[in-house]
Amino acid sequence: MSLKDDLTKLRDDGIAQINQATDVNEITKEIKVNLLGKKGPITQALRGIKDLPVEKRPEVGSYANEIRDEIQNALDAKLKELEDKALEEQLVAEKIDVTLPSTPVAKGHPHVIQSIIDEICDMFMGMGYEVKSGPEVEEDKYNFEMMNLPKDHPARDMQDTFYITKEILMRTQTSPMQARTLEKHDFSKGPLKMISPGVVYRRDTDDPTHSHQFHQVEGIVIDKNITMGDLKGTLEYLLHQLFGNKYDIRLRPSYFPFTEPSVEADVTCFKCDGKGCDVCKHSGWIEVLGAGMVHPNVLKMAGVDADVYGGFAFGLGPDRFAMLKYGVEDIRDFYLNDVRFLSQFN
Amino acid sequence: MKISYNWLKEYIDLDIPADELAEKIERSSVEVDSVIKPSDGLKKIVVGKIVEMENHPDSDHLHICQVDVGEDEPVQIVCGAPNAQVGKNVITALSGARVADNMKIKKSKMRGIQSNGMLCALDEIGYPKDVVPKEWADGIYFLPEDATLGDDVYKYLGMDDALIDLDVTPNRGDMLSIYGTVHDLAAIYNKPAKFDLDKVSETSDKLTSDQIQSDVNDEIAWTYLNRVVNDVEVKPSPLWMQVRLWNAGIKPVNNIVDITNYSMLKFGQPMHAYDLDKLSGKVSVRYANDGEKITTLDENEVELDSNDLVVADDNGPIAMAGVIGGMDSSITADTKNVLFECAIFDPIKVRKMARKHVIHTEASQRFERGVDPMAVEDVLSSASEMAREIANGSVTNDVLVGSKYEAKKAVIEISVARINHVLGMELSAQEVIDIFERLGFEVKATGDDLVVTIPTRRGDIHIQADLIEEVARIYGYDNLPSTLPTTTMTTGGLNEEQQLIRDSRHILEGLGLTHAISYALTTEEKAKMFMMGESAQTDLSYPMSSDHTTLRMNLVSGLLDDIAYNKARKVDNVALYEQGRVFHKDNEDVVKPDEIEHLAGAMTGSLVDNSWNQPAKNVDFFQIKGIVNEYLETIGLNGEISYVSNASYPEMHPGRTADIFVHGHYVGFVGQVHPKIAKQFKINETYVFDLNLQTIIDLPKKEQSYELVSKYPSIKRDIAMLIDKNIENDSIVKVIEKRGGAYLVDVKLFDLYEGEHVPEDKKSLAYSLTFQNKHDTLVDDDVNNVMDKVQRNLEKEFNVEIR
Repeated sequence: MSLKDDLTKLRDDGIAQINQATDVNEITKEIKVNLLGKKGPITQALRGIKDLPVEKRPEVGSYANEIRDEIQNALDAKLKELEDKALEEQLVAEKIDVTLPSTPVAKGHPHVIQSIIDEICDMFMGMGYEVKSGPEVEEDKYNFEMMNLPKDHPARDMQDTFYITKEILMRTQTSPMQARTLEKHDFSKGPLKMISPGVVYRRDTDDPTHSHQFHQVEGIVIDKNITMGDLKGTLEYLLHQLFGNKYDIRLRPSYFPFTEPSVEADVTCFKCDGKGCDVCKHSGWIEVLGAGMVHPNVLKMAGVDADVYGGFAFGLGPDRFAMLKYGVEDIRDFYLNDVRFLSQFN
Repeated sequence: MKISYNWLKEYIDLDIPADELAEKIERSSVEVDSVIKPSDGLKKIVVGKIVEMENHPDSDHLHICQVDVGEDEPVQIVCGAPNAQVGKNVITALSGARVADNMKIKKSKMRGIQSNGMLCALDEIGYPKDVVPKEWADGIYFLPEDATLGDDVYKYLGMDDALIDLDVTPNRGDMLSIYGTVHDLAAIYNKPAKFDLDKVSETSDKLTSDQIQSDVNDEIAWTYLNRVVNDVEVKPSPLWMQVRLWNAGIKPVNNIVDITNYSMLKFGQPMHAYDLDKLSGKVSVRYANDGEKITTLDENEVELDSNDLVVADDNGPIAMAGVIGGMDSSITADTKNVLFECAIFDPIKVRKMARKHVIHTEASQRFERGVDPMAVEDVLSSASEMAREIANGSVTNDVLVGSKYEAKKAVIEISVARINHVLGMELSAQEVIDIFERLGFEVKATGDDLVVTIPTRRGDIHIQADLIEEVARIYGYDNLPSTLPTTTMTTGGLNEEQQLIRDSRHILEGLGLTHAISYALTTEEKAKMFMMGESAQTDLSYPMSSDHTTLRMNLVSGLLDDIAYNKARKVDNVALYEQGRVFHKDNEDVVKPDEIEHLAGAMTGSLVDNSWNQPAKNVDFFQIKGIVNEYLETIGLNGEISYVSNASYPEMHPGRTADIFVHGHYVGFVGQVHPKIAKQFKINETYVFDLNLQTIIDLPKKEQSYELVSKYPSIKRDIAMLIDKNIENDSIVKVIEKRGGAYLVDVKLFDLYEGEHVPEDKKSLAYSLTFQNKHDTLVDDDVNNVMDKVQRNLEKEFNVEIR
């Protein structure tokens, strides 16, 4: 038998052995070492080449290399086959019930009123309004006097007040921020466009529709050419953004001492789509905010020339918005912080 | 005020459905609470005449009535009313009728006798009991004798009228009358208001001034007029007048009292009628004397003080001026001579008195809002004339003037350009003038400039802005353009402080805490728990409830209330945070507290629920510390965050509470609520933190920076030691860091053990130290040297036993 024949046989036997293998370790640790290892027959054969006549060496050498490659390829193929099979088995074994519940994750929730306030602020910031916050313990001067509500004004009755002293009180509205910002604003540097969210207090007994503590958002725009049409456009934008475009908006005359003209804005009742129901007291409309053109007395008292400057202001209640938008029936739910209530809002 | 549509129609031509009219009023004048037709929901209630009546054989009070309802045969109805009487026309609910409260009337037997309907009292067909006249309170109602048998009763009783209930704002007192409402509708619909005042026929040869004198403080009553009507016959007023009153929610009393109420509804001018013969001496309008008493018409005794206003005779008060009359001088069936009073009382003083005594009447409501000063005498005359007509009185020849205030009409100059400027419109001068004239304002125009004179019935109009509102509402808010303000550009946005507050909320929510908003007004006790510094408390002067008397000086107690609320509802896992203000004062003398932004959290139970693959882990000190720490790190404060044990908060667990410092500044505390406080709040083991957010806002922040991630490998070494139990981790770490050399980048505690195999006063700690040279590969020798040094120093400082 020539060396070449030996090699041929080696290959045939080796490949047969490889094909029979069933285990990765068998291949890598035994067959591969046996066939191709340093002490293996191929290596031996290649070593034997040096004993061949010079002219025969290239042919046998190249044949031996060919054989080695063939064996290597067969090994690789078998190895891949076995690995694929093993992986497949593993994957089958690893199958899980994907409908089992997920591992719980700690998750906090924003307060629904805060979310509404943030949404409103973001909307107005996009229109170039600055955000200001003011004191919750306020002076009578800002809460009432400078808002054109002198002592003994009947509209003070509409806002029953928690007093601390005769002159210091829990603010009943965010409107004092109108007076505070007007007083400080430098109109030579541009118009005043401000929005002010915050907590307000009324001397009310808590019940499903009254809370001694609630929230308001105040807005004011003052410049030389601000019109009532601008107020209407701004309110329509706000309400459509908050409640959706499909609802109609209606402005009605109203009365606030710090605006003239004054309006209240109604939105189509969401519950009945304007047909009339208990929520809207069968009117088809839900009152959502009060607004108006800033009263010249308010401007004058804050030192602003009412002949040159004017504009609008509005005030709205995020608590009421949340109640309307989500059908919350009891305002106290916002302040009792039952986590089953709070965690419904994202 | 409930406005009768039928009454309106007497003075203005309107031919639109009541709902449509209400919507128009709402869009143009004042809010409308409801539109009601009293007959709505009623059915088969007709005029019947009792033609025969016999007593029920088995009852001592029931009658068997044969009632003619215009059919061939009378209807037999058993009726228990004590006043049932043959020959009377009565309200008859036939079989199948619907009466008040949606009750259905069926044929039935009453004690064995067939009854095919019901004879009704007024309240049985829907009248509130408080408007039913006294004489009809305890029996069935008698309809007019000329009522057509079988007709629906509604038209006889005014129940077919539409009643529009106006919610009048404080400025629109004029809308509290038919007169004012007609004028407004005339402007809105551009139709004439046909309002004629009755001329008084002075039929008596007597003088008011011969029969009574008055002495009026004109500070109280700006105008005070009287007129006497002699020889009246007091009796029920005619049905048409009663209908108007009860439809407006006012109970008919007798013709004289009804005249005053009717005048008030019609003109908005409250009136009062006194029995002249019950007065002694002169009538005076004055401040009450302290302790003076009056029994009011509604039979309540009221004690007055010197801020109250009274009308008095020589014996004392006969009325609380502008609010309510007195019992003693009231009109009764025996009254012969009537003193009418028509006045304007100071609105503010009336309001204060009504508010103080909580007596809000139709009269006080109108005086508070202001009445038309020019109409006073006309209304007095009109009422006197009515007393002549329906009470057969003779009207005296003069009006007694106690005081008289000469009202001036407001005159306002305004340009059409100004109106357009404010409204954002382009109305022509003529359009504007038309609107004013429709409102009954006089206009003198010189080109664009208008001089507008306002009738005194519109006391709410004084300045240009008021006129602009009139134009806007009559022109219609629907017709205004819808624009956005055009100004020079402004940059909106949150400032740093607002951004930090918003970020704080988002960070804590990301860490698993839910935003709570609790009450800032709490009890005195809760207000001053968990204090982070000395502060005097701020109290309300007239709290509404004992739960809300004092401004909070911490956020934690509010959160504990929330946890208690949840626990009471069987919710045991609660993780809340609150961002809000606390109110601190340096001392008692400061009236206005500082408002300091705080951020607090409270956790009880487990943050993550028990689940099939992960058991719940109850919150502990280190978990809440981790949350606080992560928050402080994320906010990016510049400086080291450290925790120092503090046992001195009375409401906190003395061994499980730490003060938090950032770069040496005290920012708050974290720890476990003292078990006795937890018990007091009725809550489980709870961990809390409270941070002075203002301090955090004010502290310097790190600039966001970046360091190259080293490509050289790091080396980790562990060191384990036995150490005295009372030595704190922080001091050990400090020694390690101090001696760890330049390449020490991290020290991490990975094991803490106390107990078996460790002496009682010792603990076993194990730290993992990470070394790295950013610029070169570290060699073992470098690290070994440092580890030796660390070990030596730990041994030296703490006498540790390295294991």
